[in-house]
Amino acid sequence: MTRRRAGHEGEVLRFTFDGRPYEGYRGDTLAAALLANGVRKIGTSVTLGRPRGIFGAWTEEPNAVVQIERPFSEPMVQATTIPLYEGLAATGLAGRGRLSPEPDPARYDATHAHCDVLVVGAGPAGLTAALAAARTGARVILADDRFQPGGSLPDTGETVDGRPGSEWALDVAAELVTLPDVRVLSRTSVIGYYDHNYLVAVERRGEDAVTRERVWRIRARRVVLATGAHERPIAFSGNDLPGVMLASAARAYVNRYGVLPGRRAVVFTTGDSAYDAARDLADAGVEIAEIADAREGRLVTGVIGGADDEGVRAVVIGGHEVEADLLLVSGGWNPVVHLFSQSGGELRYDEALAAFVPAGPYAQAVEVAGSARGVFTLAGCLTDGEAAGSGFALPSHPLSGESGSSPPSHPLPDVRAEQLWLVPAEDYSSHFVDLQRDVTVADLQRATEVGLRSAEHVKRYTTAGTAHDQGKTSGTLTSAVIAGILGVGVAELGTTTFRAPYVPVSFATLAGRDRGPLHDPVRVTAMHDWHVSHGALFENVGQWKRPWYYPRPGEDMTAAVLRECRAVRQATGAMDASTLGKIDVQGPGSAELLDRLYTNMMSTLKVGAIRYGVMCRPDGMVFDDGTVIRLALDRFLVTTTTGNAAAVLEWMEEWLQTEWPDLRVHCTSVTEQWATVALAGPGSRDVLAGLAPDLVVDTESFPFMTWRDTEVAGIEARVCRISFSGELAYEINVSWWYGQALWEAIHATGAVTPYGTETMHVLRAEKGYPIVGQDTDGTVTPADLGMDWIVSKKKPDFIGKRSYARSGNARPDRRHLVGLLPEDPNALVPEGTQLVDPAVLVPEGTKLLDPRVIVPEGTPLVDPGVAPEGTQLLDPRVVSEGAQLLDPGAGVPEGRRFVAFVRLPAAPVPMLGHVTSSYRSAALGRTFALALVSGGRDRIGERLYAPVGDRLIPVTVTHHVLYDPEGARRDG
Amino acid sequence: MLLIPCPWCGPRDEAEFRYGGQAHVAYPRDPGALTDEEWARYLFFRDNPKGLFDERWNHAAGCRRWFTLTRDTATNEIGGPR
Repeated sequence: MTRRRAGHEGEVLRFTFDGRPYEGYRGDTLAAALLANGVRKIGTSVTLGRPRGIFGAWTEEPNAVVQIERPFSEPMVQATTIPLYEGLAATGLAGRGRLSPEPDPARYDATHAHCDVLVVGAGPAGLTAALAAARTGARVILADDRFQPGGSLPDTGETVDGRPGSEWALDVAAELVTLPDVRVLSRTSVIGYYDHNYLVAVERRGEDAVTRERVWRIRARRVVLATGAHERPIAFSGNDLPGVMLASAARAYVNRYGVLPGRRAVVFTTGDSAYDAARDLADAGVEIAEIADAREGRLVTGVIGGADDEGVRAVVIGGHEVEADLLLVSGGWNPVVHLFSQSGGELRYDEALAAFVPAGPYAQAVEVAGSARGVFTLAGCLTDGEAAGSGFALPSHPLSGESGSSPPSHPLPDVRAEQLWLVPAEDYSSHFVDLQRDVTVADLQRATEVGLRSAEHVKRYTTAGTAHDQGKTSGTLTSAVIAGILGVGVAELGTTTFRAPYVPVSFATLAGRDRGPLHDPVRVTAMHDWHVSHGALFENVGQWKRPWYYPRPGEDMTAAVLRECRAVRQATGAMDASTLGKIDVQGPGSAELLDRLYTNMMSTLKVGAIRYGVMCRPDGMVFDDGTVIRLALDRFLVTTTTGNAAAVLEWMEEWLQTEWPDLRVHCTSVTEQWATVALAGPGSRDVLAGLAPDLVVDTESFPFMTWRDTEVAGIEARVCRISFSGELAYEINVSWWYGQALWEAIHATGAVTPYGTETMHVLRAEKGYPIVGQDTDGTVTPADLGMDWIVSKKKPDFIGKRSYARSGNARPDRRHLVGLLPEDPNALVPEGTQLVDPAVLVPEGTKLLDPRVIVPEGTPLVDPGVAPEGTQLLDPRVVSEGAQLLDPGAGVPEGRRFVAFVRLPAAPVPMLGHVTSSYRSAALGRTFALALVSGGRDRIGERLYAPVGDRLIPVTVTHHVLYDPEGARRDG
Repeated sequence: MLLIPCPWCGPRDEAEFRYGGQAHVAYPRDPGALTDEEWARYLFFRDNPKGLFDERWNHAAGCRRWFTLTRDTATNEIGGPR
C-alpha cells in the first residue's frame, strides 16, 4: 500500500486481484484498495479491447467492472462499490462477466414497508430532510446506498457548523435512529420508482449476514429525492485510458480513503469544482502539474499511454506534452434524476447549469432536494433538504388523489452558460462518450449519418447508455454530442428514458425466497403419501401433484401405462380424482345460474341425478367441462377440470356480481373438502358392493349418471355413477380426512390396480372424450368437438349461444376433433405435430424412380395424383418395415414398381390442423391420436401426413370415438 | 404497482387484483336480436382512451368482489371507487 496518505490506517485485510495478493484496510472499497496498491489497469473494454482503469469512486463507475470469485462467483460488479473483506478474490473483466453454474448458496429475502416520508439519499440534503420530517412526527424511512451517512461530505471534507461534515452526518444519523418511527437503511439502493409512490430498494447486508441482500418494497405518502449529482466526463481523444479519472472521484480517494490515485496530475475542467479537487490532491501530496481550464481555451487534445499498457504517461495540452500519471476530468455535473424521471416527472434542460433538472408540476407526491435538482452549494443543499422535509402537512386524503407541488425556490450558483462537451478533432474514433459500451463520438456521427435524429434511436443503434451503469456518466454527454452534430439545442434533443434498476441487481436478490420448492405452492391430495410409497411418478397439473403412473420393477412408462389400461378395461382400476375442482352452488337461483352458464339444460336435472356439461365463453368457445350433481332443488355440486377450478369459480362470481345480482346464489369452492376415488372397470361393481354393503348396486337401482349417499368401507360417502373411461365406473367422494382410509380400503380388496393420469388420458382418448386445454385451445366450439348434442336448442339464451348463429360458425373448414390412425401401428406421432394434405407434397425428382434406390423407414409415398406417370404406390407397410432392406442392385419384388420420394413444399406449408393427443392403446393394439383437422369429419378415411423431423408419417383420419362406439361397456 | 382502493378492503397493492377491462359494457338484453357486427362489437371492441377511463377490477386475492373505478390512463391517477 505504497499510495496511502499518512494518518489513514485501519484493520488490514488481505485480498487477491487477478490472482495476485494485496492488502487493504477495512472501510476501503476494492477500487480504493487497488489504487492504494498502485494497480491501474482493471480490465479491458468490451468491444475494442482497450485497457481500462478506475474512472469513478462509486456507482457511476463505467470501467472497473470485476468478477467476484469467492466466496461465491458474482459477475459484473463495480470495483468502486464492493466493500473490501478478508479473503476477497476478484478478477478484472473484458466487459463481460461469467454466470456461475453453481446455485447461489446465500439467502435473499424481501420485506414490505410503509411510511409517510421516504428520503432517498443521506447526503446533506437528505439528512436535513429526514430530520425535519421526523420532527413533524412523520414516519420516516431514510435509505442510502453508502456505508456511512453524509453523501459526498467524506469525499469533499467540507465542514458543517464548523465541524467536519462526516462527523456532523454521523451525529444526525445517530439522532434519527433515536426518534420514534424513523428507520435508517444504509447500504440500501433505491432502484426503482413506480406508480403511486411505490419504490423498490435493495439492502446489501454483507457477506456475514443471515440474509445477504434484502428487497424493500416501500409505499410512501411522500418521497424526498436527495440523490445528489454525478460529475461527467469530457469527450477528448484517449479519455478512456487508465489514469483518466473524474476529478470528484480522485478527491474522494484522497479524502475518504486516504488513497493517492496518482503521483503527478493534470486537471482538465470546465468549471470551478475541479479546483477544490486539485487543492485537496495537492494537500495530500499529489503534484498538480497543470490545470487546463476550458474556459480559458486550454484543452486536452490527447493522452499518451505508457508502453506497458498501464495507462496515462503524459497529457497533451494545446500542442505540448505534460508528463503525468493522472488526468482529472471535470465536465460539469449531472443531477441524479433517474428516480425522479421514473416517477413520471418531466425534465428540463437548464442552460445555465448545462444539465437536465426536474421540472414541475410533478406526477407524484415527490420533492427533489439539493444537488439532485441542481443546487450545487453545501449551504444550499442543507436548507433545501430542511425545506423539503418539513414542508409537508401530512395529508389525510388518499395518496392517489394528491397532486405534486413545485420544489422550493433557491438561488443558483454562478455557472458558465457556454459548456464544453467535446474537444474538436479531425478523428473522433477515440473520443469516448460511453466507456462501458465503447461508444465514441465517431459512432454517434455514424448514427446520425444514417439518418437517426432522436436520442432514443441513437442509443439503440450505438448501444450508448445501455450498459449496467445505466448511462450515469454517459447519458447527458451523449445527448449533448448528438445535439451538436445535428446542430440543435440539447434542450430540443432531450435525454433517453431513465429506467430501473438504478444500480445492478442480481436475479437471486429479486427472486428472494421464491426459488425451488417455495417458488409456487405445491398441492397434494389426501392419498399423496400412499402414492409416494407405492412408487408413483407425478405429473404437475396446475399446482397439484397428480400420480402419473405407477411403474412396477422393470417397467418403463409405456409398459406401466399399457398394464394399467388393460387393468381398467379388463378388471378394475382406481384413480385419485381428488384434484377435480368442486364448487358448491346454493340458493334459489342456482338452477337458473347454471342454465345460463352451461350450453345444455341443467334446471331439468332431477335431484339425485348427474349431467355432463360444457361451459363456453361469450364467443362460443369451450372454456371448461365437468359434471353437475343436483343435491337439492336449490343446491348443486359442480365439478371442473383440475386446472380451471379457480377460473370457473371466478367466472361464476363475475356473472353473479356484475350482470345477474338479482340471482340469489352463493358459490364456494369445496375442492379440498372432498377426496375422490374413481373406481373403473368391469369389476368395479363387485368391488364397490363388497365395500358398501348398504348400497344396491345393480344397474336398475343405481343407473348411470345418478348418485347415492352411503357408507363405503365404513366411511360416509357419496357415490356417483360417472365414467371418464367408457367402462362401468364410480366416483366415490368422502371427507378429505378419510381419503387415504378409503383409498387403502379399496386396495386392500386385492382386486384393484391403481392407475394414474396417463392411463386416464389414454382411456378417455380411446372414447374420444376431449380434455379441455389439451384438445381445445380457446378456438374450439362444442360442435367442433362433435358435441352438437350438448348445445341446447330450447333455452332462450346462454353464454355463447349468440355466437353459434355466426356465419363463421357454419364454415365447413372449421377444425373438427377427429381420430388419427398412423399407418404404421407403432408410429407415435408427437402431440403438437402439424398435419398436411398429400396434395401439397412435391415429388423429389425422377432419379428417385430408379428401382434400386434405398427407401428409408417411414418415407412417404407419392400420391397417385402427383406421381409421375408409371409410378405405382407401394404398400406403406412395406416401406416402413421392409423396403429399406433392399440392397442396391437387388431385384425389385415381382409386381411392384418403385416409388418416388415426396417432400414438403417450400414454406409456408399449408397446414390442415394439428395432433392434440397421441398414445399407445392396449385395447386397440396400436398407436392412435386425436387431432383438430380442418373439415375433419368430411375427411374420414383420407390419408394425411404428419411431418416429424425429416420424416412424413402417413396417418388415416377416423371418427374420434375409437373404442366401444356403441357405449356397450358403460353398465358393465 | 398501483395502490387500488377496494371499496370493501381499502387501499391494496395492484398485485392483489385482477383487471376486468372497460366498465359499463353490459351483456346485451337480447343477443339474438343483434347483427353479427353488433355482437362482435360487444365481444371484442373496447375503448382505449388516453385519459379518464372507467374500468372494472376484481379483488381476486382479497374479498373477491368486483367494482368499478376511474383511472387516468396517462397518469394512473385513480378516482374513488364507484
